Amino acid sequence: MLSDVLQDLLEEGVQLLGEHLVLVLSAMLIASAIAIPAGVLLTAHPRGRRWALAIASIGQTIPSLALFGFLIPIPFIGGIGQHTAIVALVIYALLPILRNTVTGILGVDAVVRDSALAMGMTRGQILRMVELPLAAPTIIAGLRIAAVTTVGTATIAAAIGAGGLGVFIFRGIASVDKLQILAGAIPAALLALAADGALGWVERKCAWR
Amino acid sequence: MSAVEFRGVHYRIGSRTILDNLTLSVEPGETLVLLGRSGSGKTTALRLINGMILPTSGEVRIGGKPTLEWDPVRLRRGIGYVIQEGGLFPHFTVARNVGLVPLLEGWQPKRIGERVADLLERVNLPARDFSQRFPRELSGGQRQRVGVARALAADPQILLFDEPFGALDPVTRLDLQREFLRLRAELGKTSVFVTHDVREAMKIATRIALLHEGRLAFLGLPGAFRDSPHPEARAFLDVLTEAGPGE
Repeated sequence: MLSDVLQDLLEEGVQLLGEHLVLVLSAMLIASAIAIPAGVLLTAHPRGRRWALAIASIGQTIPSLALFGFLIPIPFIGGIGQHTAIVALVIYALLPILRNTVTGILGVDAVVRDSALAMGMTRGQILRMVELPLAAPTIIAGLRIAAVTTVGTATIAAAIGAGGLGVFIFRGIASVDKLQILAGAIPAALLALAADGALGWVERKCAWR
Repeated sequence: MSAVEFRGVHYRIGSRTILDNLTLSVEPGETLVLLGRSGSGKTTALRLINGMILPTSGEVRIGGKPTLEWDPVRLRRGIGYVIQEGGLFPHFTVARNVGLVPLLEGWQPKRIGERVADLLERVNLPARDFSQRFPRELSGGQRQRVGVARALAADPQILLFDEPFGALDPVTRLDLQREFLRLRAELGKTSVFVTHDVREAMKIATRIALLHEGRLAFLGLPGAFRDSPHPEARAFLDVLTEAGPGE
């Protein structure tokens, strides 16, 4: 009897974990594809940099449940389901990635940049061979923060029908079922730890200090 | 033809004049030392040569062509540049640092490897011991040697030195000055060397250009510099006599 319950939980859990991973990975990929190039561009534009960081900060202060709610009525990006949740998760992930990209590249020693220029490197070569590699540990630290928060925030996505491990948690709360809550919370926590550990490993691999 | 030629060069930042009507030429194979106090415009003059900055008016000609007309990337790849502390890339090994310009120039890996090993031997850093180290694992003097090897890598005709030995202890500095003279005898490159150290200038210059508040105060052989009546030249020469005979 109990084993049947566990069996069902396990089967559904695998599926929800899969949905959760899709939410997190999609959001992280999109956020990185926006925030890393934007961060690189913003290093050359101090005024734009202040504005972009301010807007990204505001995005982060919106309570996550409210943000999911706000997005539902918006055409194209809104509605019920996965893609709305991904948009919300991207908004949250932008700031740490953007900020760390800017900080990492601006932190490259001016003498190093100057000597790269004096050696006849092009702007693109300096970015690819000098600035990005030197900024990589900082940028990856930003990805780490974004990944851990995204894993956690993605549990709320279940509230707008996006699936994921939050389904267990919301159902558990509604039916006062601790087992269900834990079945959602524990894998989510482990997933966050795993993402943190994996990116931490990459961060150390990229370290040049 | 002169290797480098300044023709009536002015350089201003806003209303501040950094260089005021500088005219001088650097002949192939010579070591012209730009001597002056901080803020005299000597580093600005150096950066005008490889097109890091362009003159406000007048022109700087490299190989007969104004820097304004050069493609900056081509110009800089033909001019070696050595700065204080070497300006090495901290995430590159010694070998990658030295081999960078040849790599950018599209040399084959085997040729780059041979060139790097040869250059490291020339600056007294055996490739076997040093090529795989990172800059942080080197002493200041060793980093500076790598900086010199890197500047020489693609066999440039002109070398620029921006106070390269300024941060070194006196013993290491003397060592590197001697090696500079040895390398010059071996390679015969045209060099422009910025320093505020009059002893260093007297030791390595074939000619000295003394800059004072953006103007050329003296230009000539080190021997003639000793006899220059210009007050700024006297001020620098006082440093020599105050310090005694010494090295």
